[in-house]
Amino acid sequence: MTAALSSMANVRRTTWRPQPLIKSPRLRWVLALGAGIYLAIAVGTLDIDWERVAEGWPRAERFFVGFFPPDFTSRWDAIFAGLMESLWMTVAATVLGILISIPVAVGGARNVAPLPVYYFCRSIMALSRTFHEVLIAIFFVKLFGFGPFAGLMTLTFATLGFYAKLLSEDIESIDVAQAEAIRATGASWLQWLSYGIQPQVLPRAIGLAVYRLDINFRESAVIGIVGAGGIGATLNTAFDRYEFDTAAAILLIIIGIVMLAEYTSGIIRQKVQ
Amino acid sequence: MPSLKIDKLTKRYPTGDLALDDVTLEVPEGQVMALIGPSGAGKSTLIRCVNRLVQPTSGAIYLGNQNVTKMGAGKLRRVRRRMGMIFQEYALVERLSVMENVLSGRLGYVGFWASWFRRFPKEDIATAFHLLERVGLSGMEDKRADALSGGQRQRVGIARALIQDPDILLVDEPTASLDPKTSRQIMRLITELCTERSLSAVVNIHDVPLAKLFAQRVVGLQLGRIVYDGPADGLTPDVLTQIYGEEDWTATNQKLGDGSKAGDADTPEPIEVKG
Repeated sequence: MTAALSSMANVRRTTWRPQPLIKSPRLRWVLALGAGIYLAIAVGTLDIDWERVAEGWPRAERFFVGFFPPDFTSRWDAIFAGLMESLWMTVAATVLGILISIPVAVGGARNVAPLPVYYFCRSIMALSRTFHEVLIAIFFVKLFGFGPFAGLMTLTFATLGFYAKLLSEDIESIDVAQAEAIRATGASWLQWLSYGIQPQVLPRAIGLAVYRLDINFRESAVIGIVGAGGIGATLNTAFDRYEFDTAAAILLIIIGIVMLAEYTSGIIRQKVQ
Repeated sequence: MPSLKIDKLTKRYPTGDLALDDVTLEVPEGQVMALIGPSGAGKSTLIRCVNRLVQPTSGAIYLGNQNVTKMGAGKLRRVRRRMGMIFQEYALVERLSVMENVLSGRLGYVGFWASWFRRFPKEDIATAFHLLERVGLSGMEDKRADALSGGQRQRVGIARALIQDPDILLVDEPTASLDPKTSRQIMRLITELCTERSLSAVVNIHDVPLAKLFAQRVVGLQLGRIVYDGPADGLTPDVLTQIYGEEDWTATNQKLGDGSKAGDADTPEPIEVKG
């Protein structure tokens, strides 16, 4: 076979290189050169004042010295209240967000929903995913005033975009044969969803829920800074009062909880696969 | 038991491919009919038109005296209950248990909430246990479908189709991914059950020797048209050439050789070479 093939070709080729990503060598050089020039100009316009950088270092030092030792006790009541508010906000927003997400995800799956419903649900997802949580939080704080309700709304809205999009993509990639078999039994549309599709997407649905819970807790700390309640608000107050030792305690608690959440969500996601 | 009548059935896919071209066919009650033909001949499209997983372009299909092609959604669901379908690659819901898969054959008969909470009627559960025993899967009810072997999965598929209490079985390449011995066992089981319950069946099958062994009647499709309709014995080399075409001649010839040997004695070796 090999002998026959090589005798067919007049010249025996011994070199081979993979095809370049961009075929035209001219275009390749122009793009590379253009990128290099832009980068050079961009760095040039940054105008870094090294003196100010140098001044920053000792300030950072003072800052970090202020952090130690972290003070958990003198503001413990405020920390605890903020923490509980954040956890409550996180859990409620995740549950609420997912409950709303499920119908949107079903409607946003091309293999399940008719075209108009599909576009409608997809635009809800796109709208929710366009803006970062902090921007949405600012908007909701303006609407509902300071406090955890704005935070709850923010996280619910953000969960909706995230969860619905990823779940609908999972619904779109199901094994069609399994769903077809359920349809062939004479099942109704809802039965078809619950027997033909739900079992196929359930592990990912649970995994995403735990993952989102984890994200929501981290976000709850950030959006608190713009006034949406929770531990973020407590942290912001601590900074405003120059109580760096209390701020350090709060940061440590946030790091601990985030690590714990990440670790357990990792285990749960592994288990349900 | 009503018979299946297919009248001038034509299906053209949106892509422009003509999958079925004016197919007229009648399957009397209790008959096991094999549908053979090369890939793309329209075999799968034909049986999917019968239970309207695929919507035919024109023509009519009658189960008894009911026109399946003209039904609305509710009526279609009721008529689908009377057609049990067995799939290539089994098409079990992999993450559900064996019992849930079998009981899913009753979805057309129970309400949504009953099925959601897995509260099926006692008789259905009794029938499910009985069928599992009949297909040789006693004690497997709580296993997950993806934990079973290929042959066992197809047995669950058969039980799921039978629990519908169908009038006809639509069987799409039931042995395509099974080894030769299991293929024979599965085909034997399907034909036995058809005899027991005087069910008629349309069986799409790639394997010509198997078709000859188990079907009373063979219909050959080529490019969406019926080119042969007769007893299994009538599948001469000429007929097979006509069905599978000149291009596939070597493969068909080989298959034929296997078939005649396998027909004489129950020795599956020649097929094993292929499988």
